[in-house]
Amino acid sequence: MELVLTAEQEDLRATVRKFLRAESPMNKVRAVVDGETDFDRALWRRLAGELGLVALAIPEQYDGVGAGQVERSIVLEEMGRALLPAPYLSTVLAADTLLALDDESARAQLLPAIAAGESLATVAIAEDTSRWAATDTRTIATPDPDGWHLTGSKNLVLDGLTADLLIVLANSPEGPAFFVVTGDAPGLTRAPLVGLDPTRRFARLDLNETPAVHLTASDPVAALEKIADLATLALAAESVGVLQQTLTMAVDYAKVRVQFGRYIGSYQSVKNLCVDSYVDYELAYSVLRGAAWSADHDPAEFPRAVAHARVTALPAAFQAAMRNVQVHGGIGYTWEHDAHLYYKRAKSNELLLGSGISARLALADRLGI
Amino acid sequence: MVDQNDFRTRARAWLTANVPAQDSDDLGVAKRFQAAMHEAGFAGITWPAAYGGQGLGESAQLAFNDVAKDFDLPVRPFIIGIGMCGPTLVDLGTDEQKSRYLPPMLSGEEIWCQLFSEPGAGSDVASLQTRAVPDGDEWVLDGQKVWTTNAQLADYGAVLARTNPDVPKHQGLTMFVVDMRAPGVDVRPLRDMTGRAPFNEVFFENARLSADSVIGTVGGGWAAAVTMLGHERVFIGTTAARRSDPFAFDVLAADARANNLLGEANVRAELADLYARQRALQLFNTRLRQEANAGKPPGARGSVAKLVGALNSAFAIEVAGTVGGPGVVAAAADDSHAVDRALMINGQPAAAIAGGTNEIQRNIIGERVLGLAKEPSVDRDVPFRELKVGTQRAE
Repeated sequence: MELVLTAEQEDLRATVRKFLRAESPMNKVRAVVDGETDFDRALWRRLAGELGLVALAIPEQYDGVGAGQVERSIVLEEMGRALLPAPYLSTVLAADTLLALDDESARAQLLPAIAAGESLATVAIAEDTSRWAATDTRTIATPDPDGWHLTGSKNLVLDGLTADLLIVLANSPEGPAFFVVTGDAPGLTRAPLVGLDPTRRFARLDLNETPAVHLTASDPVAALEKIADLATLALAAESVGVLQQTLTMAVDYAKVRVQFGRYIGSYQSVKNLCVDSYVDYELAYSVLRGAAWSADHDPAEFPRAVAHARVTALPAAFQAAMRNVQVHGGIGYTWEHDAHLYYKRAKSNELLLGSGISARLALADRLGI
Repeated sequence: MVDQNDFRTRARAWLTANVPAQDSDDLGVAKRFQAAMHEAGFAGITWPAAYGGQGLGESAQLAFNDVAKDFDLPVRPFIIGIGMCGPTLVDLGTDEQKSRYLPPMLSGEEIWCQLFSEPGAGSDVASLQTRAVPDGDEWVLDGQKVWTTNAQLADYGAVLARTNPDVPKHQGLTMFVVDMRAPGVDVRPLRDMTGRAPFNEVFFENARLSADSVIGTVGGGWAAAVTMLGHERVFIGTTAARRSDPFAFDVLAADARANNLLGEANVRAELADLYARQRALQLFNTRLRQEANAGKPPGARGSVAKLVGALNSAFAIEVAGTVGGPGVVAAAADDSHAVDRALMINGQPAAAIAGGTNEIQRNIIGERVLGLAKEPSVDRDVPFRELKVGTQRAE
């Protein structure tokens, strides 16, 4: 297992970090938070076109870069660090879904435009529960003479309002199956949700006899599990980025803020808040590296490694974000300060796929206990 | 340059053939094993060949440690000497000291201990009060040391003593070699909270030190101590794993299964949490080792592993209580698993104290890794004579 990045992988990190620092500074994030725009389309085009970040983990035969989850986790760490408000996570998870299924013609038709950033896509899986599980799916897929139609509702759909393509999980007469629905399909209603995290856009979808294209798959339930695991890995990567940034903010502030004639970082009670975040960062980073490596090189270990990453990185990011507010004190509680944006992203990520107890029980399942 | 894979293969083959199947505290077994290991070329791997070492690089030592963690080596009597005192002599000793002390240390003929901590000087070792006073060419040593591992077996010790009380505390210290069998040296076993006595108290009363017993320079004891503690940190980091740890996830999960508790969600969640913490530490240690192999030493980040190990074992007590059934409270005397577990529970506080308390580890991480400001020091520039030390009565 390689837990230390190669020079090329570190270069990728440096490139993405530099790009996001220059092109997506906090005032641009704020424009999304304030509702002035849903995301910066010019930035998206450069991120996808110039940097090839959407194409990163898509195979070359579909105009992708052909890199792996290790590389993509680096990109997602940096995006979490910058709180980039762009439909990246949703679009790459849709690409993962197409790759996890077996529909070669859909892949050939859809992936090149997704890789190029020209087609925004997302996955619509969760319904009344936040679990990504076939057993929680109530949406019905009906085969009609003129093709499939879907009826039901989907919840917590990432970037569901802006996606051109929606990959929807539904129950067909043969069991759970995936379908492609276009954003402008008849009978599709998309309603924005008010999120805990104002840098993310969630939607609810109502499907009423909505025409859809079936995606062939030999084992849709196994594919769903894989997709959920890749979503978990992505959230863990973002969370490590959030953790690192909140740690940096807290430490930097503790070095310049003076109270009672001393830098506040010299007080053990404040120092220890920073140290606890640092320790959590070292552990979460190590676990993330292990999980991303196993995604690319050890598929038998990956389900356990990623369940571990969820238990470790997601709550740790929230704890660090909370400590960051605390180290800053009053100023950290203001709307103007960025600390709350990280706090909200961390909590939203932590709960997106279910509660903390469900995360631990999912790990227990995979440990065979 | 030795072929790394070849070295690993040889080490594994030798350990497989020579590590005794039964763990034992027998000194004869340990001495014979250490002598054979030295003979085979696996003791003093990074030490100079001129003093009985192998003259190989750090990566060979790391490779050996990696292989050795799958075995229980009967080397406990030698770990302080070979892990700490020896490397310090390699760094700071005279040629005469190195020739005299290093070869018999490596072959297991002579056992060493380290004498720093005192009743009044724990985390703040530099405030120690044991004094060495010049007398002709020699020195006279008086004072009390505590928590001395292996002193009851030791032939020699590395002792830190105050040689000048008129300068600030860090400046007036000197490190010496002390003959543990000499008159005026009294070793008494110290029972810890588990009831066992793995440590000692050592009393010095007019013990004589020869002129050539100074390690490093007179007044340079603090630098020598820092050198030695640096070796300790590396050493603790490389010898932590025991195979049959009653707090390991696999063991506690088996306890839960044996007690029919795996149907309960809270039990499963707690065990998963334990796995997550223990596995995260393993991955962190693997990462540090891979970074070290790539030329980036861990430095003060080693304190993260020490701290997390202590926090994990504190959490494991809770899990042991959850999964252990009534046997946690009391079990038959011949239930060795329950006895081991009770010892781990009753001895757990050591993890958060020995080798630097959790609080000191956090200070090290905060100041040396994160670069946060130190607490203002009230004693750094004050002559030692004027300081309060240890436990004082309120005035």
